[in-house]
Amino acid sequence: MTAASRPMIEVSGVSKYFGSFRALSDISFTVNDGEKVVIIGPSGSGKSTILRAINCLETIDRGRITVGGMDISDPKTNICKVREEVGMVFQSFNLFPHKTVLENLTLAQTVVRKRSKKDAEQIAMELLHKVNIAEKADAYPAKLSGGQQQRVAIARSLAMNPKAILFDEPTSALDPEMIGEVLDVMKTLAIEGMTMVVVTHEMGFAREVADRVIFMDHGKIVEEGTPEHFFTAPSHERAKLFLSQIL
Amino acid sequence: MIRLALHLPMLNSQSSQNQIEVGDGAAIPHKSDAGLFTAWRIAFFGAIVLCLFLAFGRPDQYMAIFMFIPDGILVTFKVTVGAILLAIVFGLIAGLGRLSNNRFINGTASLYVEVIRGIPLLVQLFYIYYALGRFVKIPDILSAIIAMAFCYGAYMAEIFRAGIQSISKGQMEAALSLGMSRRQAMSEVILPQAFKVVLPPIGNEFIALLKDSSLVSILAVSDLLRRGREYASETFNYFETYTVIALIYLILTLFFSKLISLMEERLNDGR
Repeated sequence: MTAASRPMIEVSGVSKYFGSFRALSDISFTVNDGEKVVIIGPSGSGKSTILRAINCLETIDRGRITVGGMDISDPKTNICKVREEVGMVFQSFNLFPHKTVLENLTLAQTVVRKRSKKDAEQIAMELLHKVNIAEKADAYPAKLSGGQQQRVAIARSLAMNPKAILFDEPTSALDPEMIGEVLDVMKTLAIEGMTMVVVTHEMGFAREVADRVIFMDHGKIVEEGTPEHFFTAPSHERAKLFLSQIL
Repeated sequence: MIRLALHLPMLNSQSSQNQIEVGDGAAIPHKSDAGLFTAWRIAFFGAIVLCLFLAFGRPDQYMAIFMFIPDGILVTFKVTVGAILLAIVFGLIAGLGRLSNNRFINGTASLYVEVIRGIPLLVQLFYIYYALGRFVKIPDILSAIIAMAFCYGAYMAEIFRAGIQSISKGQMEAALSLGMSRRQAMSEVILPQAFKVVLPPIGNEFIALLKDSSLVSILAVSDLLRRGREYASETFNYFETYTVIALIYLILTLFFSKLISLMEERLNDGR
């Protein structure tokens, strides 16, 4: 098997209920190493839920999810270990407000990865340079714009050297003029070969970066394919309707 | 602790329209409440002036009282500070217990909170004091501190629980997604933020505890009130003695409530 076809994340037959509401219904897909998958769909379609399930922030009622070969539905699996390998970027950034930008990046490195303070700070500064925000290293998150906060959040997740990063609507809480700077950082990651699963409404980004697009509605995968195919000739009516509304 | 609800976004859905702010300590004189702010100044400086007037204007009756009770103030202070510190420890443990997913831990912590809050403080003081005295030999003041802390810990637990719950869920999720364990996330991310939220209500509890500490005078602890009683029973100057005792309690609580309001202002500036 070549590296490009090795499965990094495997979701098979996953269902989830919130009470009697079926949030996810028999979801299956695979994300290979280095692949960029974009999940789109109307709100309430379950796209964030499946992303959160991959990071064990939601439990699942049926099915199986493996990440890097570790079965996360198996109670014997160390969930913290799985999360160390998979970064997550949230819609609302979730930076730690009581810590400076630099400390946001060094905390998990020192606590989880057991790196020395000096090493952690060096790695943190390199990443802050990478996301173009090194000058704010000593500022507190509250002093940063939304776009800046989200770039710090991406750097924070990169500091753990994850094998894959999950993006949960990373630009939905941003003012329009700040979306570009965050997408640019994400594009750079994509070019460098990071495995990415992105839930987003940014169709331009999906078209440019995705290897594969998954369209979800009512907790089901309705359509799955290359961006060319999905954006130009979607086969499903629901997908056509969604695209006509959003584009 | 109703004041705390102000800081809790998740409670807002039910309570934002009908928010009332009533602490069990002395009212905290915020600058925004002009009436209370003025009242605080009149009461505080009035009490001080009245004390000076009594001590120097009528020295034959009052000076002796002022000379007799200072060691009582010290004991009151020791009991209050000791009890609040210990209550914070009890409260933090019980508050975390109330949030635990473990049914046994959660049940034990909830039972502690429920039972303690359902029994009058005075009854608890007697009970714990004599219960402790049956099994271990410790100084009176120490058992009084433990009894007060055990009681206040139950109220403190609810403050900590609400304070921790007020921190947005995303903070815990972000910490977990970085590979931290729940324990690490709690100590590194959630608690440092929660402490900022619970500091003002803890200040309130401190003032309430300062006043309630007068109850330990019943337990052979020579606090401010007991020293007053001792003096009065020797001299039969009940009216004069209790005037002084009341004034001193008033000055103490007003002083600390002002200190707390200053502390809250600084906290809010830092945000």
